[in-house]
Amino acid sequence: MSSLFAIDPLLEDGLLWTPLLIILIKVLVVFVVGLVATMLMVWFERKVIAGMQNRVGPNKAGPWGLLQTLADGTKLFFKEDLIPERADRLVFRLAPYLVLVPAFLAFAIIPLGGDFRDGKGGIVTLFGHETRLQLADPPVGVLFALAISAIAVYGIMLAGWSSGSKYPLLGSVRASAQMVSYEAALGLSLAAVLIVSGTLSTAGIVNLQSSIGNWNIVATGFVPFFIFMIAATAELNRPPFDLVEAEQELVGGFNTEYSSIRFALFFLAEFMNTITMSALIVTLFFGGPQPISIGDTTLDIPLLPNAIEGTVWLLLKVLVFLYIYVWFRATLPRFRYDQLMDLGWRILIPASLGWFMLLAAQRVGRDAGWDQTVVTLSTAIVLIVGYVLLQLAYKVSRANREQDGASF
Amino acid sequence: MELFVFVVAAAMVLGGAIGVITRSNPVHAALSLVLTLFGIAVMFVSHDAQFLAAVQVIVYAGAIVVLFLFVIMLLGVDRTEDVNIEPITVQRPLALIVSAGVVGIVIAAVVSSRELLGRPVGGLDKTTLSAPDANIRQLAREIFGNNVFAFELTSVLLLVAVVGTVLMARRVKSNGAGK
Repeated sequence: MSSLFAIDPLLEDGLLWTPLLIILIKVLVVFVVGLVATMLMVWFERKVIAGMQNRVGPNKAGPWGLLQTLADGTKLFFKEDLIPERADRLVFRLAPYLVLVPAFLAFAIIPLGGDFRDGKGGIVTLFGHETRLQLADPPVGVLFALAISAIAVYGIMLAGWSSGSKYPLLGSVRASAQMVSYEAALGLSLAAVLIVSGTLSTAGIVNLQSSIGNWNIVATGFVPFFIFMIAATAELNRPPFDLVEAEQELVGGFNTEYSSIRFALFFLAEFMNTITMSALIVTLFFGGPQPISIGDTTLDIPLLPNAIEGTVWLLLKVLVFLYIYVWFRATLPRFRYDQLMDLGWRILIPASLGWFMLLAAQRVGRDAGWDQTVVTLSTAIVLIVGYVLLQLAYKVSRANREQDGASF
Repeated sequence: MELFVFVVAAAMVLGGAIGVITRSNPVHAALSLVLTLFGIAVMFVSHDAQFLAAVQVIVYAGAIVVLFLFVIMLLGVDRTEDVNIEPITVQRPLALIVSAGVVGIVIAAVVSSRELLGRPVGGLDKTTLSAPDANIRQLAREIFGNNVFAFELTSVLLLVAVVGTVLMARRVKSNGAGK
């Protein structure tokens, strides 16, 4: 049974009281931090977007309006909870939890701190026990995040279906088609990171990114990061891919029939997912809790122990991405549905697949001792031929469709 | 502990399986199938096959059942079916015979190979499985090293299936336009 938890050194001697207590504390911390961070994220988004639009934003509840989310949440609690007459009552009640629980679960594999310098591998000592500052480091590592995001589709799909009305159904089919489509690009760009770092474990991936030159964004050649970022935005249903929230144009989405606390749960899960995804991006591409260092010089925060410094760095890096997400929302107009699908299937998936092939060829070439320039050049030629063939295929299929009388 | 995990997972698998055939609403049946798949994933984890468990959740629960639900919703058959009316009267007795036959074959297979069960049969090296990434490394060596031919054949089979589906879907359309 001990092999179940294998990688966490905490559990090597079987289950004891102190390790169990540490795990319980970790679970509690991750849960509470997740909730509070979500609350602050809602406030942050409203405040930043207000600044970008020359407004003041929430400023009444608490200092700088910090408690606005709490006030809104309390209000939603006391609203009437409606269940449509034609709803499938069991699934209708189940759906919000199917969205919320994955949002929290995915946070479990993010390394939240720890000292990764000098080959310490992020292991810290708590009450005389060696452990990592992350809730779980399962052997499947980041695949866990993919599995969780696959599960999150169910909540959205079933919420729309169980409402028993056609607009939510259409909205949920639209949203889940979007999430399923972009999951492929997400997985393929993630695979690029895995091929460079050679491990699935999130702690291991962070451990290898000791300086900016080793960060996976540089090591994978930037393209996978941009694909991952776009696919993650679509996966989160955030602007500019927020067709789910297009109340004005599409009568909203899967959550049209939801009210009160059930609606609040969807809302909470969405912001929670944004935070988790930002943390995942930082973990995969930007060294997670590793301090920023160029070559041998490391930016060191004085007076702080290295393990806590990791948490500070992670927080700063995640904040950058949260700000970028808000910036997206304030800047970019919403995609049309066909543009969304075109971007996903015809650009992102082929691009991530091609880049993955390039990285794989380089890796094989390095292991076999081939000349890297020859390998890269020949792979590039194969990719260009593939691209031309793909464009030809698009042309042929378009001609065929026009022959059949289709106008698109 | 292992027994406890097995009992819970087995209850999930069997409960889900019974749900698939007894629920008259197709969406509920599909959800029961998800329960079964999750139970199998738990079994995989308890047998040190974490990678298989992750793939099980990503591919089966995350993609295939989602596709089932898509088809159910798009075709609008997501209402409770009346199963009392039977258009093809022979199919129920036939289904009974076939399922009895399958159960018989499985039981016969288990009984005849009773001694082999639980004995290590090569393949993965269980002693080093607890090392980081050992699971996926060993699996990759097996699939892309020792069994690469079978693996490539399987992918060709899948490709043929995809091309065949596209071809069939297209031919029907162009015939209709030709008339």
